Amino acid sequence: MAYHQGYGGQGSKHRGRGPLVPPAPDPHQLFDDTSAGFPHAQGTPSSGIDMGFNTLLADPMANMAVAYGSSIASQSKDIVHKEIHRFMSVNRLKYFFAVDTAYVTKKLALLLFPYAHQNWEVRYSRDTPLTPRQDINAPDLYIPSMAFITYILLAGIALGLQQRFSPEVLGMCASTAFVWVIIEVLALLLSLYLVTVQSDLTPFDLLAYSGYKYVGMILAVLGGLLFGSDGYYVALAWTSCALMYFLARSLRMKLHPSLVPDGMGHPRGGGRGQTYVTLGAAACQPLIVYWLTFHLVR
Amino acid sequence: MAFTLYSLLQAALLFVNAIAVLHEERFLRNVGWGTDQGIGGFGEEPGIKAQLMNLIRSVRTVMRVPLIAVNSITIVLLLLFG
Repeated sequence: MAYHQGYGGQGSKHRGRGPLVPPAPDPHQLFDDTSAGFPHAQGTPSSGIDMGFNTLLADPMANMAVAYGSSIASQSKDIVHKEIHRFMSVNRLKYFFAVDTAYVTKKLALLLFPYAHQNWEVRYSRDTPLTPRQDINAPDLYIPSMAFITYILLAGIALGLQQRFSPEVLGMCASTAFVWVIIEVLALLLSLYLVTVQSDLTPFDLLAYSGYKYVGMILAVLGGLLFGSDGYYVALAWTSCALMYFLARSLRMKLHPSLVPDGMGHPRGGGRGQTYVTLGAAACQPLIVYWLTFHLVR
Repeated sequence: MAFTLYSLLQAALLFVNAIAVLHEERFLRNVGWGTDQGIGGFGEEPGIKAQLMNLIRSVRTVMRVPLIAVNSITIVLLLLFG
């Protein structure tokens, strides 16, 4: 798709060699460019480096060794970048982390009380979806990753309070939660493939939507720690309902382009399957949340 | 249920092995899941069964050779390290 490549790729890779002033940020760049003046090695970088080292190393052999080493280093850096770019578009990943505090607070409030929100569409600007900074409905990966780490720390605290703590248990808890997320993303991808829905849900989007349940898990464990078993079940019920509603509305908006005003307007044959997938995904969330937290609030 | 990443890899490997073992002529055709029995034409949306059959056939075609390598490595590792 076009917007996969069009993000910051052009702006950051095609600067000239060694400008001393950072270029003006163009609107497609997600973050400010602070790496100005870094010469990309494409031939002999020795001229730029020699001038700096001339006063330190009068020995021409050492000069050549330094130049050779730096050219090798920058060539391997380019190779590594190319290999990584083949598997994962880093610009696509950067989109998910372009958040600010206002977005994070509003999104957390939305995750816990989604019933008052009216407009669930992800807004676009010329074919590219808006960054989370500008659109509250956009999924992000910052909240899920922070919530995951917070959940692991809370699990350690909860286990320590029950005298069941040891570092191996913490690692096991972390990898269990991570594996469950991966299983859920794979199951979602498989079911979306089977009902042949045309949507622009990338695996990262699904990872973001699956990771939002960690916020609910943190609240459930906190409720259980502070208020005992009753607090745990109350917090679990509240966050499960909120999460189910949130996920159902968000996925429905992304999977049903016919609801967009300038869409086709007629329901396609796969509409029923899409509804089932959305409802099934939403219904699985409380089960997973319960499964992953009940052993912490015994 | 405590998972590690390694158990996820093992489970995925066993699952893909199970799909690769389904024989086209002897089994799938008898059940009615052969790949030449379900093509519904171009203009319609393929149902879930057709998608599943396509998925099985493509997994078997793509993963046949890599599975040999991965299975051999796993067998050697399990023999060496338990």
